[in-house]
Amino acid sequence: MRFSGLRVLREGLTGNKGWSPHWRDPEPKAEYDAIIIGGGGHGLSTAYYLAKKHGMTNIAVLEKGYLGGGNVGRNTTIVRANYGLEGNSQFYSHSLKLWEGLEQDLNYNAMMSQRGVLMLCHSDGQRDAFARRGNMMINQGDDAELLSVEGVRRTLPYLDFENTRFPIYGGLLHRRGGTARHDAVAWGYARGADQRGVDLIQQCEVKGIDIENGIVKGVQTTRGAIRAKKVGVVVAGRSSQVAAMAGMRLPIESHVLQAFVTEGLKPVIDHVVSFGMGHFYISQSDKGGLVFGGDLDFYASYAARGNMPMMEHVMEAGMTLMPMIGKAKVLRSWGGIMDMTPDGSPIIDKTETEGLFVNCGWCYGGFKAVPGSGDAFAHLMATGERHAAAAAFRLDRFRTGVGLMDEEATGSQHNLH
Amino acid sequence: MLARPDLDAGVAVWDDYLHLRDNPAGETQDLWQHEAGCGAWLVVTRDTVSHEISGVKLAADVKRTMGAVS
Repeated sequence: MRFSGLRVLREGLTGNKGWSPHWRDPEPKAEYDAIIIGGGGHGLSTAYYLAKKHGMTNIAVLEKGYLGGGNVGRNTTIVRANYGLEGNSQFYSHSLKLWEGLEQDLNYNAMMSQRGVLMLCHSDGQRDAFARRGNMMINQGDDAELLSVEGVRRTLPYLDFENTRFPIYGGLLHRRGGTARHDAVAWGYARGADQRGVDLIQQCEVKGIDIENGIVKGVQTTRGAIRAKKVGVVVAGRSSQVAAMAGMRLPIESHVLQAFVTEGLKPVIDHVVSFGMGHFYISQSDKGGLVFGGDLDFYASYAARGNMPMMEHVMEAGMTLMPMIGKAKVLRSWGGIMDMTPDGSPIIDKTETEGLFVNCGWCYGGFKAVPGSGDAFAHLMATGERHAAAAAFRLDRFRTGVGLMDEEATGSQHNLH
Repeated sequence: MLARPDLDAGVAVWDDYLHLRDNPAGETQDLWQHEAGCGAWLVVTRDTVSHEISGVKLAADVKRTMGAVS
């Protein structure tokens, strides 16, 4: 089934009877060439690129719940490539390019909206840092514009420019950044993988990883044993539990990150805006809800919900930046389980077990990475070589101290990111 | 978390102490500071799935019973 505007029109006129399920619901086979543990955004994109780019179609994605039921459905949907940090920067640049062709590639409406991401600065030093970062972004082929305070005022007149404590000095605008419909990204990749023969197996929890003489042989699941020569672990906040099945301890702590959405409003916020002096960022969904979030709660948690102090902090930061949102009613809040690494940057690598690969440590930045992560992990699993754009995401960088990517310049140990 | 390795314990031991985590989904122990109150450092036993707290001890007392306080 191929989607098109004409098809929507025809189905609309004929009672919508021609639509079919977007993917099969197959029984697991006894053996696959490769297994991906985790049917979230990263796992599904990995399966898609394994099938599409590397011709590996005898593969399965094992998901303990339902497809896209984890962090890919619990984020703030922001897509951007404005890092300016060696190692990370190239990767997110690669990922954004994949985002830009994603809907055509998948034949799926992911509601990709390049509405622009504006990071605000509130001091001379911060403006200098943004100028440097913008130049780095331009030099690697991405886009960046440094806006003066007047430039910001023309674009976002609703900000509190006269705030005594945090006056706005300008901002760095990244026009190719924006948002995408998070669930549709997972569904589009799932459909694309399924169409190429990948078995997407839901309600199938991995309970053990079979390893003989240092070589992976397959997995034990709630739906029986499945053999495979290659196993990729892409389970975000649950990485430590699955890695433990292979006798590994990972440099990961799982933390809760909260996000919030208000009642639907008329269009008021056209961009993704981030506050430079408090942890607050916001965009408006196509349904009208203001979607915003802040920092981690800063304690290890698998609860997928947070506590009041961080809610209060986020709301205060929002009110400081844009008092106009004060009368909007918050409808819902939720938390994702973030796989935090000591330096705040991800891991895509082999392990000491032959045939076993890990993709984790996406911290609070996993959504925008979905296409790039899948592409890079598929490349690694298929060829055994690291993808050039993700070559820095090594598992051993913490032990050796070489190539650490300190995402917030706060140090490279747990609790600092 | 209160048992810091010797300086010359080697890379593997320090890597384990600084970076690697059991990261349990369930009961865990971590250090908290009573920031808004008395400032005491505490060892809190809690559940990372339910957020239930099952025990709190002064970190100084825990360290003392470990026999390593100097």
